[in-house]
Amino acid sequence: MIVAQAGQPLIRWPWIGDHLDLILAALVQHLVMTFITVAIGFVLSMILAVIALRFRVSFTPINAVTGVMYAIPSLALFILLTPITGLTTLTALIALISYTLQILFRSIVAGIDGVPDAVVESARGMGFTPNRRLLRIELPLALPVIMSGLRIATVTTVGLVPIAGLLGADQGGLGQLIFDGLNRFFNTPLLVGAALTVALAVTLDLLLVALQRALTPWARRGQAATT
Amino acid sequence: MRFLQDILVWFNDPLNWRGANGVPNRVFEHLVLTLSALAISCLIALPAGVLLGRSRRKGSVAINVANIGRAIPSFAVIALGVIWLGIGFRPALIAMVLLAVPPIFTLTFTAVREVDPATVDAARGMGMTERRLLRRVQLPIARPLMLSGIRLSTAAIIATATLAALVGWGGLGRYIIDGFSTRDFVEVSVGVILVAALVLLSEAIFALLLRFTVSPGITGRTRRRRSAPTVAADPVRNPSPRSATASSPGG
Repeated sequence: MIVAQAGQPLIRWPWIGDHLDLILAALVQHLVMTFITVAIGFVLSMILAVIALRFRVSFTPINAVTGVMYAIPSLALFILLTPITGLTTLTALIALISYTLQILFRSIVAGIDGVPDAVVESARGMGFTPNRRLLRIELPLALPVIMSGLRIATVTTVGLVPIAGLLGADQGGLGQLIFDGLNRFFNTPLLVGAALTVALAVTLDLLLVALQRALTPWARRGQAATT
Repeated sequence: MRFLQDILVWFNDPLNWRGANGVPNRVFEHLVLTLSALAISCLIALPAGVLLGRSRRKGSVAINVANIGRAIPSFAVIALGVIWLGIGFRPALIAMVLLAVPPIFTLTFTAVREVDPATVDAARGMGMTERRLLRRVQLPIARPLMLSGIRLSTAAIIATATLAALVGWGGLGRYIIDGFSTRDFVEVSVGVILVAALVLLSEAIFALLLRFTVSPGITGRTRRRRSAPTVAADPVRNPSPRSATASSPGG
């Protein structure tokens, strides 16, 4: 077995000690980019979902366009944007956001579509306006499905941010460490960057599950009643 | 327009169809990675999904583990794999397997578990052994959903296998990465087009597989004749040949 980095220890602990500020900065950047991406992606998807639900004909084209964006390999999407927006954080964010749209858009539409007709009718009968109905009835009931979409979008983004490191040091988050390690055949930053990325994805996933449970106590109560 | 023309010119250049960096070789490499990852994932996820789907317990734990598996970022796994296995094929293979197992497992598990218990009871009542029950009843009913799990994973692998080029392996990601390093966006687009073509091809293959391996009664392609079987089974109004011979022995 040929190991490319043979002859060096798996981890050089002093390197980690010396570069704690660098690692911390990369982690913070990773979190900030994930947060910005998911936040903007969520707002855009919400707007698209409201349009698709009000005007049913628009669902198919919106779904198709976001689907195509989602199907392009992440690696290529980052690169194909560079002739237009350059090697910038903007390029990275556009690609990352376009990746979340399909997931979030579909989960919001599916969630609101899944609200029982009887509930919507009751709300209408009680005199709710369409906007108030959306905010007070449909969105809360759709929350479990929307949250599961948010989970997938967040975790996907955490995994894609490192690839943005291909564009340069300003946008890769922990990917900077991974690329640094790959370029110099140096295990320590590679291991730190990759391990922290995996840990971050799993942690955020578990945090969002906890948030989902806290936000929808009725879902658990319903489950307990049926079992 | 100019750009599209350049892409056509690229595809029309015989030099791009020969050698290690030619289209046939890169597609071949991409397929080798995709198919080996897919085969390993199926070997792991299908038996596990079927076994756990049939057993009444331990289900939720397995599904939760699979869901966490979905959270694991492919690129980070490839990077970690490089440390232990060096650059090249193997770290990419491991990442692709980790990517493909959760969807196949989850959908197989759900498909087997969701088979109507009444159907399973009826099959047992008819005296089917557990093996026959699995092969003749549960798997055929679960097959469409199992296939869709494999289809989803295949598409994900084909798109994500481009990352293998970042750690020194070939495949279609080579065009994307090399095109980027030389700022040759025609070459990058060529990579994207070929990846998209492979995904579409795999979707078509799975559509055909679904058609030919799933019973028409399950997909609803043939209309069910509702009344015919019950009439035939009614011995009073429509005596079957066998009961007719039985009632007149020596006839």
